[in-house]
Amino acid sequence: MKITLMEQTSANIMTSIRVTVATIVLCGGIYPLALYVFARLAAPESASGSLLRDPSGQVVGSRLIAQGFTEARYFWPRPSAVKYNGAGAGGSNLSPAGPEVRQRAVQSVADFSADHLRPLPADLATASGSGLDPYITRQAARYQASRVARARGVPLSVIEAAIQLEADGQALLPTGEGLVNVLSLNLKLDAGQQRMTEPRH
Amino acid sequence: MPMLLLLLFIAVPVLLSWPLGNFMARVMNPSPSTGTDRLQLLLAKTGGRMLDVEQDWKGYVRSMLLFNTVMFFAAFLMLALQQSLPLNPDAKGSLEASLIFNTAASFVTNTNLQHYSGEVSMSYFSQLFVLTWLQFVSAATGIACFTALARALAGELHVGNFYRDLCRSVLFILMPLSILLALLLVVGGVPMTFEGAATARTLEGVAQTIARGPVAAMVAIKQLGTNGGGFFGPNSTHPFENPTFLTNFFECVSIPLIAMSTVWMFGRITGRMRHAAVIFSVMMLLLILKASLAIWLEGAPASALSGLPIEAASNLEGKELRFGTGTAAIWAAVTTATSNGSVNCMHDSLNPLTGLVPLAGMWLNVIFGGVGVGFINMFIFIIVGVFICGMMVGRTPEYCARKVETHEMKLALLALLVHPLLILAGTAVFASTSWGSGTVLNKGAHGFTEILYEFSSAAANNGSGFEGLGDNTVPWNMATGIVMLLGRYIPIILPLAIAGSMSAKKPVPETIGTLRIDTPLFAVVILGSVLLIGALLFMPVAVLGPVADYLSTAVQ
Repeated sequence: MKITLMEQTSANIMTSIRVTVATIVLCGGIYPLALYVFARLAAPESASGSLLRDPSGQVVGSRLIAQGFTEARYFWPRPSAVKYNGAGAGGSNLSPAGPEVRQRAVQSVADFSADHLRPLPADLATASGSGLDPYITRQAARYQASRVARARGVPLSVIEAAIQLEADGQALLPTGEGLVNVLSLNLKLDAGQQRMTEPRH
Repeated sequence: MPMLLLLLFIAVPVLLSWPLGNFMARVMNPSPSTGTDRLQLLLAKTGGRMLDVEQDWKGYVRSMLLFNTVMFFAAFLMLALQQSLPLNPDAKGSLEASLIFNTAASFVTNTNLQHYSGEVSMSYFSQLFVLTWLQFVSAATGIACFTALARALAGELHVGNFYRDLCRSVLFILMPLSILLALLLVVGGVPMTFEGAATARTLEGVAQTIARGPVAAMVAIKQLGTNGGGFFGPNSTHPFENPTFLTNFFECVSIPLIAMSTVWMFGRITGRMRHAAVIFSVMMLLLILKASLAIWLEGAPASALSGLPIEAASNLEGKELRFGTGTAAIWAAVTTATSNGSVNCMHDSLNPLTGLVPLAGMWLNVIFGGVGVGFINMFIFIIVGVFICGMMVGRTPEYCARKVETHEMKLALLALLVHPLLILAGTAVFASTSWGSGTVLNKGAHGFTEILYEFSSAAANNGSGFEGLGDNTVPWNMATGIVMLLGRYIPIILPLAIAGSMSAKKPVPETIGTLRIDTPLFAVVILGSVLLIGALLFMPVAVLGPVADYLSTAVQ
């Protein structure tokens, strides 16, 4: 009786090890490799991170990862608890009823010189979950339009048209609310300005 | 609008669960006439002669524990050696020992509590060969044990063969579904690359490092297998794990899909479809209740912003704009009803009372629950329910044509008490010592909730967190590691023991005096035992945590 139990246990252990090795090869090796091949063929751009380049081919960021723009001529993203660290994402994890969130919101209000006549859209005063939210709402973009127009010395209508174009491309939300991709918009503004200035030279 | 979304996000998995449940019953429990001989041979060749043995519940549990032990040690070894293993383009270093223990325990038990941040600490080898692998086999362990339970309740003494069931769930259920979801995610923009992090020079001339990797492979199985452990620290809030509203929809629908299907699968195997429908409707009711409550509570703007010149329509702290507050609330409810634990918003930054919704889900742990194990948990509440009814009418209680007697009840109560004991004792110790109080981010009741949430998540094998907690410390790693192991295996072994003992009894004929388990009345009985027991056990900590948090901040 004892011997059969021993035998059974050793057979059990052998089987456990064999199934372990087989499933590691299948789930950790073959499955991702097959997906990788599919991704290279079906969606090569997004498979390697939706990287955006400037006209010279230099990588300027990812379409999906926010960056901490601070210059007046660029649109600014939502606050980030991790300072837009693309290699260490995270949210604030602060209580939305706590003093720290309020302190940061007061700072945002000051940064955008908001007041009760011109209240700040909430997305510009709250940190996103990943700290890398690449979007702002259309209202948040419009809110910054005059600053960007002034800094670039172009008419407000040009900036507003660019926002409209960008938001329409992202009207995928069922709420019908278009979102604006900050990096993509900034990149387009730079490219547009280059075109406008080039003929003079 | 959010309620319409709720309908969509819940109706789709419900509709899919019916055909999937039938399919799962067919592949997990094939009738002898269906020709799976060739496959059987292939499996036997891979697994050895142990695959031909028909096991009783004890043999089944023994194999399960042995296999899970091998899983644990294999994972521990590979994590400990990560710095010397291949597929490490960003040169991730070695991991601290207690973190390795915690991570191995976490992924072996299908919990996926993460005390590390994926893109900071893990090599691609660890992400794929350790974590993704464990996400498959830990989920398969749950499905296998659940299948054994269903067979025992169908009256079979031999409940199957653990290895065979495990291989079947990986090959026929988890792998095909994961491939399908991963393909959708890749098309939707989720990265799938083996290149190391990208370096960018921003328009303002600043350098930015962008972590990436074979993300889609891991995200698919973490959503489907109620695992929840993401490739990146902030999980499915990260734009690379979840880039659009549409990927968010696919990922959210995947969370309860298999757990819902297991209910129908149980009905097929035991031949009691109406009973399955009763259980399904109880779970469904609780899920809709939870999700509606979360949507409603999260619709209130963050109270920290009140009085400031800020235009807020809902609580956007910790949320991503491409999903919106509505689907974040739905996700928070679904991910904690099942024991998934992936997140698409930061739970620590939910409004104070909203935090109660995920906590309640993890305390009950039967609202569809983890794949397989959710139903196993519900089985205990059913046993308690029929026992209470039996006492009321003065009849020996029966379930599935077998008597439920003292031996079964003792085991059921033990199984029932393990879960609250692990949560409450753990919380008490950590809240009263610097182990816990020195690690919280927010002050007062919210900080207490961070500790409470961590133990609830570990005991329920959920894996989500109030992530403000600084939980990568030796006490946290050891304590939650042990809680996860106890919270996984005791609630699997005891129910199997009960079902095994019941299947060994003589069937009793169902007469007019038998308590019918396929009526709305029985649904009320089950709902009552789930809510009463859950409420009684956890009401005090609910008041100390989220309720006190709400009251203290509402007064200010």
